Amino acid sequence: MNEPLNISDTTINLSTRTPILEIKNLKKSFGNKAVLNGFNLKLFEGENLVIMGKSGAGKSVMVKCLVGLMLPDSGSITVMGQDINALNRMDLDKLRTEIGFLFQGSALYDSMTVRENLEFPLRRHKHKFGNITDTEPLVLEALKSVGLENTIDLMPSELSGGMQRRVALARALILKPKIILYDEPTSGLDPITSKEIIELMRRVQQQYKTSSLIITHDVDCARVVSERMILLVDGVNYAEGTFEALKASTDKNVKAFFK
Amino acid sequence: MQKPNKIKAFFLEIGELTYFTKRFFKELFNKPFEFNELLKQCYNIGNRSLLLVGVTGFIIGLVITLQTRPTLEEFGAESWMPSMVSISIIREIGPVIIALTFAGRIASGIGAELGSMRVTEQIDAMEVSGTNPFKFLVVTRVLASTLMLPILVILGDTIALYGSYIIENLKGDVSFLLYFNKVFDALAFGDLIPATIKTFFFGFAIGLVGCFKGYYCEKGTVGVGLAANSAVVFSSMLLFIIDFVAVFITDIFFEI
Ligand SMILES: Nc1ncnc2c1ncn2[C@@H]1O[C@H](COP(=O)(O)OP(=O)(O)OP(=O)(O)O)[C@@H](O)[C@H]1O
Ligand SMILES: [Mg+2]
Repeated sequence: MNEPLNISDTTINLSTRTPILEIKNLKKSFGNKAVLNGFNLKLFEGENLVIMGKSGAGKSVMVKCLVGLMLPDSGSITVMGQDINALNRMDLDKLRTEIGFLFQGSALYDSMTVRENLEFPLRRHKHKFGNITDTEPLVLEALKSVGLENTIDLMPSELSGGMQRRVALARALILKPKIILYDEPTSGLDPITSKEIIELMRRVQQQYKTSSLIITHDVDCARVVSERMILLVDGVNYAEGTFEALKASTDKNVKAFFK
Repeated sequence: MQKPNKIKAFFLEIGELTYFTKRFFKELFNKPFEFNELLKQCYNIGNRSLLLVGVTGFIIGLVITLQTRPTLEEFGAESWMPSMVSISIIREIGPVIIALTFAGRIASGIGAELGSMRVTEQIDAMEVSGTNPFKFLVVTRVLASTLMLPILVILGDTIALYGSYIIENLKGDVSFLLYFNKVFDALAFGDLIPATIKTFFFGFAIGLVGCFKGYYCEKGTVGVGLAANSAVVFSSMLLFIIDFVAVFITDIFFEI
């Protein structure tokens, strides 16, 4: 399709950094409805990249393709030099330990306690940790970084929505991933809790030195966390640039996001 | 256009279920085996249906005895009560009714549980946490329900016979020893073995349909309700089909 609207910007120089994650010409349709129609993206090391798009634009579909939860129709996805769709199950699992995924609705296992939720990835990724016995320090460390050590023995249903989101973030962090994918980290939360989560994301970013892909349609969230943004419209990366540059754009599709 | 669509959807569903079954057997023999999770599910499933099966069995025993007694009394054939009741309970009524209550409890439970896990992306979260959700959730639940139903049916049958004994004891002054002597005289392996074998198939069908409906649940809370509901309907229907086939086969091999 057409070239993305490149909103020029001098503050970031991309050519000196290496992409840790790259999507090329990603296409995915359900039935005869094309959701992604040639989407491109590069995430550079240590960067906070925000993807914005309307509800139903295919943002969740895009991140699910990124971790191999959905098979794209065509296009290539390279994460840390490896082609996701060419990996066997074992190598895919190994690669997934490098990617933290914060799901749109937290996705905590509601039959398990907070502790068991956090232990789950530790115990299951056997090739990374072997038969780990003492998970306690790691669980506590992850919970501490989201400020919820005291909830360790509670069930997810006993936590508020914001606390659940923080526990989910702790679960995504426990493997110390190099990349974190946030699927709408603030959706369904009130503005104050949203601010807390955003603040937490920034702290985590500094503490764990991760590269983050943040999917959102929350303008406040985008303004605070983004170094660079991509707008997903009609299944393609419609426009790219910094928050300020995009906000100043006169294109009507771009403007619609900042109203 | 309504009718052909429904028929088409029905056969599509059968096709998908067949594919699901094939996948079950493929994953069943793949390592690693989720043994701890299997034990946990066996405990859950057994524990959740124990009381229900006990009460159902007891009432079956009471009701059958109370209702058949007058008829046999008319012919002066009360002494046939233990053999008649035990054969009808062990061969048919026990397995089918207990399996139906089990379907109501377990198929809907599994359907709703996996359905809500699908809708809230818990299944996706498992997948990215180095776990094959099909093995972890589906294989363990189907196996657990296959293994637990026969045990529950044997238990329920026993309680039903005990219920029947209570009535006999009250109305006909039959002693415990005499009653169960007659029961075991009447029962042959030709009654017990096929009846137990078919309960494995019942359990398998119930677990499989529950998982199938839940695993492919549609988005939204409506989807979860629908998954639970259709799991019960579909598995109950399947029970009767399996029962018919089982009786048909038993008839050929054991010539009852
Ligand atoms: N498994 C699926 N089967 C069929 N259609 C799907 C499936 N998953 C997503 N879709 C469709 O793809 C489109 C994009 O969905 P997606 O969940 O990616 O939206 P989104 O951009 O994340 O929106 P939101 O902000 O509401 O989360 C939707 O129209 C949805 O109906
Ligand atoms: Mg989404």
